[in-house]
Amino acid sequence: LKNVFPDLGLQIITLSDLECDYINARSCCSKLNKWVVPEVIGHAVVTVLMLISLHWFIFLLNLPVATWNIYRYIMVPSGNMGVFDPTEIHNRGQLKSHMKEAMIKLGFHLLCFFMYLYSMILALIND
Amino acid sequence: MPVVSSAVYPNVSYSVAAGSVYGQAFTSQSLPAVGQFKETNTFSSQSTSVPHLLQQHVPVGYNTTLSTISSAQSVQDNLCRNLTGSVAKVNNQINAGGIDSSQPVHPVSQSVLFTKPGAGTSVSSAVISSVRTPAPSLSSQPRSSPSVTQSPELALQEAIDSSSTTSSASPVLNNYDALEGGGYPEARSVTSSPVPAPSVPQTSKASKPFGYGYPTLQPGYQNAAPPTPVQPSNSGHHPGFQHYPQQYPGVNQLSSSLGGLSLQHSQQPESLRPVNLTQDRNILPVSSVPAPVPNLNSDLRKLNCSPDSFRCTLTNIPQTQALLNKAKLPLGLLLHPFRDLTQLPVITSSTIVRCRSCRTYINPFVSFIDQRRWKCNLCYRVNDVPEEFMYNPLTRSYGEPHKRPEVQNSTVEFIASSDYMLRPPQPAVYLFVLDVSHNAVEAGYLTIVCQSLLENLDKLPGDSRTRIGFITFDSTVQFYNLQEGLSQPQMLIVSDIDDIFLPTPDSLLVNLHESKELIKDLLNALPNMFTNTRETHSALGPALQAAFKLMSPTGGRISVFQTQLPSLGAGLLHSREDPNQRSSTKVVQHLGPATDFYKKLALDCSGQQTAVDLFLLSSQYSDLASLACMSKYSAGCIYYYPSFHRSHNPAQAEKLQKDLKRYLTRKIGFEAVMRIRCTKGLSIHTFHGNFFVRSTDLLSLANVNPDAGFAVQMSIEESLTDTSLVCFQTALLYTSSKGERRIRVHTLCLPVVSSLADVYAGADVQAVVCLLANMAVDRSVSSSLSDARDALVNAVVDSLASYMSTASNLQQSMLIAPNSLKLFPLYILALLKQKAFRTGTSTRLDDRVYAMCQMKSQPLVHLMKMIHPNLYRIDKLIDESTIHVNDRVVPQPPLQKLSAEKLTREGAFLMDCGSIFYIWIGKNCDNNFIKDVLGYPNYASVPQKMTQLPEVDALSSERTRSFISWLRDSRPLSPVLQVIKDENPAKTDFFQHLIEDRTEAAFSYYEFLLNIQQQICK
Repeated sequence: LKNVFPDLGLQIITLSDLECDYINARSCCSKLNKWVVPEVIGHAVVTVLMLISLHWFIFLLNLPVATWNIYRYIMVPSGNMGVFDPTEIHNRGQLKSHMKEAMIKLGFHLLCFFMYLYSMILALIND
Repeated sequence: MPVVSSAVYPNVSYSVAAGSVYGQAFTSQSLPAVGQFKETNTFSSQSTSVPHLLQQHVPVGYNTTLSTISSAQSVQDNLCRNLTGSVAKVNNQINAGGIDSSQPVHPVSQSVLFTKPGAGTSVSSAVISSVRTPAPSLSSQPRSSPSVTQSPELALQEAIDSSSTTSSASPVLNNYDALEGGGYPEARSVTSSPVPAPSVPQTSKASKPFGYGYPTLQPGYQNAAPPTPVQPSNSGHHPGFQHYPQQYPGVNQLSSSLGGLSLQHSQQPESLRPVNLTQDRNILPVSSVPAPVPNLNSDLRKLNCSPDSFRCTLTNIPQTQALLNKAKLPLGLLLHPFRDLTQLPVITSSTIVRCRSCRTYINPFVSFIDQRRWKCNLCYRVNDVPEEFMYNPLTRSYGEPHKRPEVQNSTVEFIASSDYMLRPPQPAVYLFVLDVSHNAVEAGYLTIVCQSLLENLDKLPGDSRTRIGFITFDSTVQFYNLQEGLSQPQMLIVSDIDDIFLPTPDSLLVNLHESKELIKDLLNALPNMFTNTRETHSALGPALQAAFKLMSPTGGRISVFQTQLPSLGAGLLHSREDPNQRSSTKVVQHLGPATDFYKKLALDCSGQQTAVDLFLLSSQYSDLASLACMSKYSAGCIYYYPSFHRSHNPAQAEKLQKDLKRYLTRKIGFEAVMRIRCTKGLSIHTFHGNFFVRSTDLLSLANVNPDAGFAVQMSIEESLTDTSLVCFQTALLYTSSKGERRIRVHTLCLPVVSSLADVYAGADVQAVVCLLANMAVDRSVSSSLSDARDALVNAVVDSLASYMSTASNLQQSMLIAPNSLKLFPLYILALLKQKAFRTGTSTRLDDRVYAMCQMKSQPLVHLMKMIHPNLYRIDKLIDESTIHVNDRVVPQPPLQKLSAEKLTREGAFLMDCGSIFYIWIGKNCDNNFIKDVLGYPNYASVPQKMTQLPEVDALSSERTRSFISWLRDSRPLSPVLQVIKDENPAKTDFFQHLIEDRTEAAFSYYEFLLNIQQQICK
């Protein structure tokens, strides 16, 4: 019910992703990597909260995204400097795929935002 | 924070090293010296040296400059009088001197003021450079280029003055040059002026050959190699030559030689001629494989960049991405931008003409719309021709912009103005970080390194500002105070490796010329200082951190010598190799780094313009995959000597010696960036090599060396239908070891084609293979080795299948390749049998990783030798055809297939693997050959470890040696020679290169072809 706020944070991250085409790869990646763990944790908490409050539909909607986030975090090779690696980000269209991913997530969170808003209003009316 | 002041040391223990020859120095001893320079930054140690140096040079300066530049005197006077003054005062005096004196000194004062924002640093560097060239005002002029544009008349006058001074000083200046390749001593300048004033001829007349230094304010031209300056570039102009390539191609063709035309027509079908691979066994050419010539009209072809520096995988660029996808060949470039060149036009110009929108440098492939405008060949923008560009200094004529050297040569070098500097050009700074643990002492590499350094100390590229320093490490880190004035070097030991700091930041990197005696003392003593050490640990990480701290104020080169797995402090590594998995056919793990410590360090170094070069000399696993990161991302280079031992393994010791000689004396560029631009519609998406990609198309190279190669992959974003030519341009901006900012520009022009057959006709098989090798390395690290191997095989299968489907008249049951790609399957098979990619044969992890590193960073010529060595039969050299090179008769034996069937017992064979030559002697080899060439009576008496051919006075010996030295001359690293007999243990090294033969783990060439054919038919 009160889960709108972490989402705003997530959207800021994804937006910062979009801008990063213009800055030094090193600073861009360190900026982005800082937000990877909060994003994973935030999303996992939201998902678990949904499960606890028995919002089945929203839980199932969030589950794949949360799993993808965790998978991505775990699968980072040991020598890399996080999900975003400055030495590789310009190679093999990685930048493009990161952008694509960020856009998809942005869409997803926008969708979720309206759903949360709707359910919050619904809950307020019911009260 | 660049300087760790000596006040930090409460938490430090200065322990006395056991067996140390030198007395211990506590930081308090050197405190007074530190205090003196507290306010200036680290360059200050150089500033102090100014008065001293000046004194030596002043007489020369007076002799040459007295008559022309009176004001310069006053500056020097000021400096001399100021001998005892503090650095800050020197600084003031320069300004004061400049401003006080009247007009003629204008440039000097300007330059000092201009560089002032850099505070102490810039002043000192400006002064130093004025010491370097005896005429002070002259050398500082390029820095003041803003003043050129402000007052052209004054500048002109100055230029006349300065050019005359330079000429009189030239005998002195030439000395500096012997170091830097490129033949500057013969350089000749022709100055021009921005305005075609009547005084111009006068200016040109006044200028005489000069060596180095900053020549003039004026846009002068140095045409490097030709001893007769004007003629060579004139030879490029035919009487009827018109330089409007895109507009009048027909006219050009007619006016040029017909021979070129006929060649062009006959070549096309030749490269497409179908070759039946399974039947045609002799596909190797007689001599080396030539690079395909782009199908351009002969004028453009003449102007095009040399394939040695710049190659494209497809010399005919497909029009669309769809066509490229259909061809199944990778599109990319292979670059060797900093190659040692014998002829390089060097251009000094106050304005470097570039496109206003895409910043492309003007090049031979632009089109001049009329006298005043040129059209960029990359973005098609129409630009104005600057006034200054209208004058051609080579022909001394006006109004011929298309005959300027920039437009006549596709490889040029510009001397850049201060617009291209973020800070004053850095001096050459070299730091050596040496492992002195028990393992290292045991291997005995220190003797070789110190000996090589001693021999080449005077040949290190640099100027009077060159600095050098040493750090050694075992479980502690040892610094060496080499400050001028000490009676002997002081060793400072820091045992707090968790929080490393610099004990005396100012005296660890010292001026090479001032402290030369101390440096020599240290190098003589170093090999014996640690002989009794019991320290087995290696604190490489902390030593590197210290090195980074020491280098960060200036940037430069760190050379790291490591002999084992780092076991202490930050960046420690654990053994990851399982010896039982060495010959596994399934998965090869641990090809990537274990920690991001070295990567982060490399990026930090790269940010501070410091490159880390790694020499790994180890007998056991040392996790090169992790260690290599420090060089990969800081644009360094990697050398690996497996099972190195000075006395047990003389071949490796000799190799180290030779590599070091080349390494220490080769050209070097500091604080470099490289940008690759291509015609609109093409885009670069992946880069290979040692560097850090700072933004989408900017490669940051802390150091650049002549042995570094790069590769890029491209895609076609927009269809190229509206153009018939595409161009690629690499611009490498670097600071030379003499402190000049230079830009080396290469431009390549290629035709666009619309049919698949033409794409195949223009395929450059060597470039394709090298690019595929780079891609496969990436693939095996990011995915797996077997994926990479499959991808390599698929590259052949797909491209040949696609070719066979286009040529409909061919029988599908045969394996047919176009002539241009006939070597493709052979090279891919060779790649699969390379140490980097082979499976099933026991390969140590470090060897594999090193081979991968080489593939990523070697230029094409070297890489091809590594992939597919050249085999020659050398016991009958007298009968072979010969060529004459520099009065020597060089025999030209034909290339042999890499197969044991060619190795007859009666013969002797030479295999050229790039970095090593093997000479294999057959059992029944002619005794005359063994006697004459090897110097032994018969086969049995030839020793096991033979690395040199004796000089015997016989024709066959002479021919063999001249052939080998001819092969050696063609490459920078002089390879080690190894003579191999049948029962020699090194035999396996030789036989593993016979890639056409079957091994227990891999196909023979014929089987490989059948396998491909099978996959195509599927």
